[in-house]
Amino acid sequence: MRRRDLLAGLGAAGLGAASLVRPARAAGPQVHPQAYRRGNGADPETLDPHKTSTLAEATILLDLYEGLSAYGPDGSLGPGAAEGWTTSADGLTWTFRLRPDGRWSNGDAVVADDFVHGFRRMLDPATGAKYASVLAPVRNAQAVNRGAMPVDAVGVAAPDPLTVVIQLEQPTPYFVELMTHQASTPVHRPSLARFGEAFTRPGNLVSNGAYLLRDFSPNDRITAIRNPHYREAGRVAIPQVEYIPTPDLAAAVRRFAAGEIDSLDDLPADQVRSLKSRFGDAVVLNPALGVLALMVNVRKRPLDDARVRRALSLALDREFLAEAVWGETMLPAYSLTPAGLDNALPPPTMPGRDLSPLEREDAAVALLREAGYGPGAKPLAVELRTNITDNNRNTMVAIADLWRPLNVTTSFAATDAKTHFAYLRDGGPFDLARMSWIADYADPQNFLFLVESDNDGFNSGRYASPAYDALMREAARETDLEARARILYRAEELFLADLPWIPLLHYRHKHLIGPRLRGFVPNLRGVSPTRWLSLA
Amino acid sequence: MIPFVLRRLAQGIPTLFLVVTLSFFLVRLAPGGPFDLERPLPAAAMENLRRVYGLDQPLLVQYGRYLAALARGDLGPSFSVRDLSVAELFGRGLPVSMTLGALALAVALVLGTLLGGLAALRRGSGLDHAVTTFGTFALTVPGFVVAPLLQIAFGLSLRWLPVGGWDDGAPKNLVLPVVTLALPQVAVVARLARAGLVEVFDRPHWRTLRALGLPPRILALHALRGAALPVVSYLGPAAAGLLTGSVVVETVFGLPGIGRYFVDGAINRDYTLVLGTVVLIAVFVLVLNILSDLACALIDPRLRDVG
Repeated sequence: MRRRDLLAGLGAAGLGAASLVRPARAAGPQVHPQAYRRGNGADPETLDPHKTSTLAEATILLDLYEGLSAYGPDGSLGPGAAEGWTTSADGLTWTFRLRPDGRWSNGDAVVADDFVHGFRRMLDPATGAKYASVLAPVRNAQAVNRGAMPVDAVGVAAPDPLTVVIQLEQPTPYFVELMTHQASTPVHRPSLARFGEAFTRPGNLVSNGAYLLRDFSPNDRITAIRNPHYREAGRVAIPQVEYIPTPDLAAAVRRFAAGEIDSLDDLPADQVRSLKSRFGDAVVLNPALGVLALMVNVRKRPLDDARVRRALSLALDREFLAEAVWGETMLPAYSLTPAGLDNALPPPTMPGRDLSPLEREDAAVALLREAGYGPGAKPLAVELRTNITDNNRNTMVAIADLWRPLNVTTSFAATDAKTHFAYLRDGGPFDLARMSWIADYADPQNFLFLVESDNDGFNSGRYASPAYDALMREAARETDLEARARILYRAEELFLADLPWIPLLHYRHKHLIGPRLRGFVPNLRGVSPTRWLSLA
Repeated sequence: MIPFVLRRLAQGIPTLFLVVTLSFFLVRLAPGGPFDLERPLPAAAMENLRRVYGLDQPLLVQYGRYLAALARGDLGPSFSVRDLSVAELFGRGLPVSMTLGALALAVALVLGTLLGGLAALRRGSGLDHAVTTFGTFALTVPGFVVAPLLQIAFGLSLRWLPVGGWDDGAPKNLVLPVVTLALPQVAVVARLARAGLVEVFDRPHWRTLRALGLPPRILALHALRGAALPVVSYLGPAAAGLLTGSVVVETVFGLPGIGRYFVDGAINRDYTLVLGTVVLIAVFVLVLNILSDLACALIDPRLRDVG
């Protein structure tokens, strides 16, 4: 009797397990035969464009939403929801003309007030926007975000339904690119009013981009389908896109190899060589808008001596780091800014680039001796702080090894990412710390502002150079783009002489592009909106 | 039986309270917070976020608010998945993890008992050694090694099964994750079943039953009852672990369960997600231990008086 009960119980458990499978299957979206399965790193924190902060979100939101400007197939900037714009002579007033045929995914017209409301919501302290700084150039934006002014003080207005006028605090040549950012997108006011914070849910989300949200299954996939009301819906080739989170890159590569994922936007650095031999041209590496560096605490002796910082920098074999540690997924960095930025001269190069490794070492030893350290003199003891990843650990160990001939003894403080960044933010004492920066826009200002003396977020090394700050202020006022580029070049020269950060490597984008995908154009910004792609 | 269950449930409430309290304060001891990012937030943005999530309040106030919400069944908002609450994340992920866990348990129970039984019947034989060797292998090779090997063998080389993905719970997508999850459990169940049976075979009452010439079906029932006790005792906590998801299996196979939430929550300092996971696992352990004790009492009448 009891055995029968037990068996019945087991049977019921089995049926229960089976029934758990079935409803999920019935409820999920059907896979479209022409679906583009896009590997996307991680799940988004949010699909609310005004609360966004990660790259994974940017990929999805660029498909769902369209800002006043938008990215072309090659990552170039062009018109978006606005068909064009004019700028006042002083560079402070931007007037955008919206397209008369702009539509939300429910058919409503996209009007200027949608952008005004979007900007205000983004800067409203109650929104808790992580990326409010994207709109910092807009007049009163920072004061509004601090809660010092009401939201309607933001310098954006809608004089008529098809005109958005934006007032800026200072000339901002990269402002058009800021208007592609997901933080600058409009908001569909009726759905926000109706659903509140739940307006981002599938079924509730009304967007104005080439795609509309169909389904969101956390840790599984996000499905978007072509927005039939999009002004150029007829030219959007891919009817359905599935964004698949790929937290385990090695497993993601196996899924790619099995044909379950069409493209990946990140690869395991330690496997890139073998991936190249296995997948050939499907592996695409191209320069990115990012830098990996050692931030130096320039207030601490003896690192307050620029000769010591220059010596430490000279001794680093960046080619070795890029090839041996990072498997060529990074490029040696001899400047803070990468090459190829808009509104910029080719970046200046730090001294010693053309020397052989042995000559560099000699020069480094000479500099350290001048400062009273080095072989035969006082040993220099430094601590390297980093957040733990395999590549970071290997990089730090390699750096310590490269410094050893200089009579530098290196200790390590490795913590998880949150601890590392909180430590730096809170002003914890350190010698040198790993920092990386991925720029939001392709302008040298977006790198050089990192060490302005009043940058409270990034300048944890407390670099304060009046000359550098003066150049940055001068560049901010300058409306002539060539003159501005020359000023920023001089600022970077000063940076390279002072080395408050020791640039190590510039990032490269790492793509794996499957045989079905057409129209992918590698670009510095690493953007590839799905609307420009097609499937074979 | 009902008073026993009620008493055990009542005993669980203070345990749960203690677990929640300890976890609440422990998770806050970790340096950094949910909004400390590689890209540091400007002070104004940080203040706005802390205010929006109530993190600007004193810790004891936050603790009181959390307890009050928990008493209402509200696990709070997630800090790292801002569009969904912790309860919603569990609502979507738990069926996936439970499906995988329940299937792995079923496989472990059937296959483990079978292997353990065969090994016990052929004690000292080549088969017995083979089962022991398999058990050692299955227990010592970790899931993060087994899972990629299975993906390469059955997904990439033979192309019989998908390498990863959930595909709305399609059976073919379940096979490799369930095998990965079940493998160490099969080994444990086989060992326990074998040990239990060997113990029964060495007892005087077993020799008496055999001497009486009882039919094999009755003998098997007596033997299995003896072997089942250690297995069922083990299954309570093991089931709690399996049903609430595996971080390795769900990450490697790209499955939308809840196994990753504890680790992801801890890494992201998503306090509510970590606490919610702790509460969920604690409840599972509590309930499954009670069920396990009940099952033991059903199997062995001597345990009923103790319970």
